[in-house]
Amino acid sequence: MDKKQSDNLIPKNNVGITETKYFTFAEPPNELVLDSGEKLGPITLAYETYGKLNEDKSNAILCEHALSGDAHAAGYHKGDKNPGWWDTMIGPGKAFDTDKNYIICSNVIGGCRGSTGPSSINPKTNKPYGMEFPIITIKDMVNAQRYLIDHLGIKKLLTVVGGSMGGMQTLQWIVSYPDRVCSGIPIATTAKHSSQQIAFNEVERQAVMSDPNWQDGNYYGESAPIRGLAVARMIGHITYMSDKSMAEKFGRRSKENKTIFKFDPDFEVEGYLHYRGDSFVKRFDANTYLYITKALDYFDIAGDKQLYEVFKNVKAELLIIAFKSDWLYPAYQSREIVKACKLAGVDATYCEIDSTYGHDAFLLEIEQETNLIKHFLEHVYSGRKK
Amino acid sequence: MSDKIKIEYSIVMNWIKDESSILDLGCGDGELLSLLVQQKKVRAQGIELDEQAIYKCVERGISVFHEDLDNGLKGYADKSFDYVVLYQSLQQIKKPDIILRDAINVGRKVIVGIPNFAYYKARAQIFFKGIVPVTTSLPYEWYNTPNLHFLSISDFINYCKNKGFKIEKSIFIGEKSIIKIFPNLFALTGIFLISK
Repeated sequence: MDKKQSDNLIPKNNVGITETKYFTFAEPPNELVLDSGEKLGPITLAYETYGKLNEDKSNAILCEHALSGDAHAAGYHKGDKNPGWWDTMIGPGKAFDTDKNYIICSNVIGGCRGSTGPSSINPKTNKPYGMEFPIITIKDMVNAQRYLIDHLGIKKLLTVVGGSMGGMQTLQWIVSYPDRVCSGIPIATTAKHSSQQIAFNEVERQAVMSDPNWQDGNYYGESAPIRGLAVARMIGHITYMSDKSMAEKFGRRSKENKTIFKFDPDFEVEGYLHYRGDSFVKRFDANTYLYITKALDYFDIAGDKQLYEVFKNVKAELLIIAFKSDWLYPAYQSREIVKACKLAGVDATYCEIDSTYGHDAFLLEIEQETNLIKHFLEHVYSGRKK
Repeated sequence: MSDKIKIEYSIVMNWIKDESSILDLGCGDGELLSLLVQQKKVRAQGIELDEQAIYKCVERGISVFHEDLDNGLKGYADKSFDYVVLYQSLQQIKKPDIILRDAINVGRKVIVGIPNFAYYKARAQIFFKGIVPVTTSLPYEWYNTPNLHFLSISDFINYCKNKGFKIEKSIFIGEKSIIKIFPNLFALTGIFLISK
């Protein structure tokens, strides 16, 4: 598709053509000290912005992406058929209204979509980091983003929002930088990864690492471990859906409409998973998958403390959203966050949306999320102006 | 909003001190809390089970938790709120005595509003017609009522006595006015301010 075609296809309530920008900081000797104690620098963050920052810089929203997301949250890149990953939520008149707000979305460190990660060149060796890249955590992702927010001249964000891993970053923001955020919207997320969540991630990592092409992470310039990564993504997609949403989407339908008694992917659900796996490997780096899933598994925002104790310093108002059929990040994990809010006296709203989409619901239940988020943001913004 | 609800709300409003903190259990669409925020500058928190009502609360800018009170009132430390409100919701909860016990711990004071089952028109419907009563404060049929428990004003007063709860204030409301004589017979609703 050429540029003209894609321009014509852009719907009216869309932010239009967007471009990824880059911000580099932590140049040696001022490297970023990571959670692990290791140092990393220079660091580049890929980010996009939508809407305009107002004069007093009070309308900025930081949008956090999930495991496989990137900085391209809304609008179209030149020549692209598909818009950004949360285009349904970001744009003129949408939940995150670009007529009123300035929305920032950055790719996390450890990522492979323009931010510094294992596939980036290590300035010390002039080769890709590979497994030499330090272990990063959700806290590191947030600390890095803080540099970007400083760079953009924003003292206090109107809100930080994200689903899944984005929700973890949201929680980390409100805890790490209580004076820098007015509110937070953690969606379909948890304050700590559970045993089951770690287990799924480990199986996915093993799928990557047992691909002979992985070669301890030194595959750059050679064949990448795409079989392993595709399997990992297929497992991931099973966990993002629900029994019901799969039944509704595929049932037991087969492509040929007859049983072929072969090991080819004849069921539609098999075809879907293969398609998802195969398209994922074209845009995602296997080592990044390992690093980011590990960051998820290490996430336990309270650590040795009780969650309500770490919430005592929180000044942000929260809108916590969970989905009934989400079994990867079950609603009880959001209710744990609610419980901590109650004990710590954090002003919060909790809604458990009756959705059948499973974990994917945070990308799909647009009407309900918009309804909640739009009004919540109006309320936060008017509170800020008082 | 009906006249009766207006009267009831204004009573609750009068009892609540400015800039206090309120937890409304079964807050519905957040109408009462939103009035309290506007007129009394209270810090408000609601708890509600119905998802559509949650959206309305958020629309009004009311903080609300989507929770089922049948699972108890969990998570709050004692004396977290100046007032806990159970307005027309106590009779819909599976274990009202447990919620009331928790409410009186979590709040310094508890405001309870109940429909009176012993209202004279209700008595007449049972006595003369032999049917389950339908009144302004108990507007449902037997097959669609959300009410699980049926109690009278006298029942509630006796209950508080037995539990050692102090009834600091009480007001009884009829079709259009406040009832002062024989409330258990003539009032549709009783509103109580209780403490431990």
